[in-house]
Amino acid sequence: MNFDFSEDQKLLREQARRLLAEKCPAKAVRAVVEGEAGYDSDLWKSIAGMGWLGTAIPEVYGGHGLGALDLCVIAEELGRVLAPLPFSSTVCVFAEALLMVGNEEQKQLLLPKVAAGTLIGTFARAEEIGAVTPRATRTRFHGGKLSGTKVPVADGMDAQFAIVLARTGEEPGERALSLALVDLAANGVRRRRLDSIDPSCGHASITFDDTTAEPLGRQGDGWQLTRRVLDRAAVLMAFEQVGGADACLAMAKDYALTRHAFGRAIGSFQAMKHKLADMYIANELARSNAWYGAWALSTDARELPLAAAAARISAIQAFDFAANENVQTHGGIGFTWDADCHLFQKRARALALALGPQRVWKDRLVTELELSNAA
Amino acid sequence: MDFDDTPAEAAFRAEVHTWLAENAGPARKDRADNLGLGIGGTGLTEAKAWQAKKAAKGYARVTWPTEFGGLGGTSIQQVIYNQEEAKFDVPPGQIFSIGLGMCLPTLMAYASKDTSARYVGPALRGEEIWCQLFSEPAAGSDVAGLRMRAESDGTDWIVNGQKIWTSGAHYSDYGLLLARTDWNAPKHRGLTMFFLSMRSSGIEIRPIRQASGGSNFNEVFFSDVRIPDSQRLGEAGQGWTVALTTLMHERLAVGGGLGGGLDVKELLALARELELEDGPALKNAAVRERIADWYVRSAGLKYTTYRTLTALSRGQQPGPEASIAKIVVAAKLQDLCAFATELEGEAGALKGDDAPAHGAFQLGWMSAPGLRIAGGTDEILRNIIAERVLGLPPDVRVDKDVPFNKLAGGR
Repeated sequence: MNFDFSEDQKLLREQARRLLAEKCPAKAVRAVVEGEAGYDSDLWKSIAGMGWLGTAIPEVYGGHGLGALDLCVIAEELGRVLAPLPFSSTVCVFAEALLMVGNEEQKQLLLPKVAAGTLIGTFARAEEIGAVTPRATRTRFHGGKLSGTKVPVADGMDAQFAIVLARTGEEPGERALSLALVDLAANGVRRRRLDSIDPSCGHASITFDDTTAEPLGRQGDGWQLTRRVLDRAAVLMAFEQVGGADACLAMAKDYALTRHAFGRAIGSFQAMKHKLADMYIANELARSNAWYGAWALSTDARELPLAAAAARISAIQAFDFAANENVQTHGGIGFTWDADCHLFQKRARALALALGPQRVWKDRLVTELELSNAA
Repeated sequence: MDFDDTPAEAAFRAEVHTWLAENAGPARKDRADNLGLGIGGTGLTEAKAWQAKKAAKGYARVTWPTEFGGLGGTSIQQVIYNQEEAKFDVPPGQIFSIGLGMCLPTLMAYASKDTSARYVGPALRGEEIWCQLFSEPAAGSDVAGLRMRAESDGTDWIVNGQKIWTSGAHYSDYGLLLARTDWNAPKHRGLTMFFLSMRSSGIEIRPIRQASGGSNFNEVFFSDVRIPDSQRLGEAGQGWTVALTTLMHERLAVGGGLGGGLDVKELLALARELELEDGPALKNAAVRERIADWYVRSAGLKYTTYRTLTALSRGQQPGPEASIAKIVVAAKLQDLCAFATELEGEAGALKGDDAPAHGAFQLGWMSAPGLRIAGGTDEILRNIIAERVLGLPPDVRVDKDVPFNKLAGGR
């Protein structure tokens, strides 16, 4: 049994933690939350300089060619400090999708830029309030032209390229959907910034009006590819969430040790202890599920869909719980704008909704259980 | 990152498996009657015979030194043995686990080499079973508040009082007993540890009927029971320190086994068979959501165990994450079983063979409250996580430095 990260990966974690503690203090997150910029471009350049953006990108495309496990390590540390970056959209979704299904030319053109930190990418799926389904996907992609509106698109104001889930057929069902790759500087692209609960995970509405785009992957595979992309992204994002959940527990613990009421540190009251113990329990369950997801991701195991769903659900639950209860542990001060608690609370919810809500993943998880039991 | 045995572990696993295939019963099927707390008094002879077989091979306690009849092996080898044994239909070994897991290690730490040697072998071979006499009606979670009175008459100790929740007292031969010998000392400092024969004159054992219907626990009454001073473990007044040794040896339930095998898989099987108002239960969104919730907890625990096993495989101490298991398992068992009975509709109120799935979920539901208490209540386990893992301050202990006989309820 060797269910652990390697010594090199542990060193990478330490290095990432040190660098981010310095480069991404809470005030850097706050600057994005309160400012006009959609992300911290200095930090983006720093981590590109460290080679993190190209961690899992093969060397032929300008990356480091390390595995998914190394990327998981970095995602966790970015999550711990709430790094206000389009990391998930660009590295965990866009680049992973290109690696999975992009043709040689697409990979040659775009992946080196992702690795160098000069290209932000995103994946536009949703079109309206409610579930993302084949039926709700109305954006059309015909004859190399894309038309329709995607909303909300994560990091949509800052992205230069987008992968778009679009309709290429008229029939009902998922085979009518395909993926398109679009340069957002092309003609006929209109973007509008949307207000988000976590402005450091910003969104846009993007309208395409006869915009030139190219196919990504085979026609009719759009829905199935989307699922596969989301499985991979879900594992990576679970690490980001576990990092955030750990940070919340650490904050809550520190406060419970220093804040005195009724003549004692509040951390000596059982009501507080049990709350924090429950946070610890949820975090450890989420961490273990994320690790298993990492194993499945790094080995391309057939268990990946199940492992990814479990990792995602567990991570959503842990981060939401830890972030909410961290606010409560702090009491009134935790509800102020100046305290950092709400930054975590909002990020937790933003990540819980990115890649689709728990409900969808729970259904997928049980579907996978049904399949694995039938086999 | 992988889940494979090291070559040495694989070799040991093969060796164990071969021995089990030759010596144990047939490969095991899932057993719905094997519900965590449901250790019955039947099958004692079979269990003892199997234990003797294991002991002859050194498998009765893999980690113990060979001079004490163990294999001199590692913790991961013990886990491997347990995993392999679980694949076979063997008599349950839980009846020996309190003795071998807690009592005998305490004896080995505090008794003379000769005394240890006298008791270790028979316990290992299953010839003598041990129980642990710590809890009392007024001292459960706060076991240091116990009131069993032991007074010295110069040669022997005369013991009076009552113990409770004593697992297996009715079939045990020896017991490890914590009693109060100094009522003027604060509660932790007036205790002394002894061991004694459960056949001693003045001991009366009464089974407790549990709410689940079974009877695995006992009340044990002591009336002028005499214990020779030679059966004292540690100094008088040092009983708490000795008890901590015992409790430290309380093994973490590595490799599962908690919850009686009722989990998502069993719930899925039930949901696959049942029809609800709107069609098959497994197609119902609310059912699917609950299944997913329990699955992520189950899987989370399973992979947490893998982390623990990784540490053991490297010869390291497991991390604190192993401490979450029982809290999660017990609550999940209770919720999952209650939900299963709901799926069964009004027939969920039946039990035994009259109920769906032979009443497995009803039995699980009836047992779950006990699992949430045994071996540390949910509340105590959360305190332990908060204090020992997270480093939060201990609770205010108003009774800590007060002579026991000055405490409210102390006499």
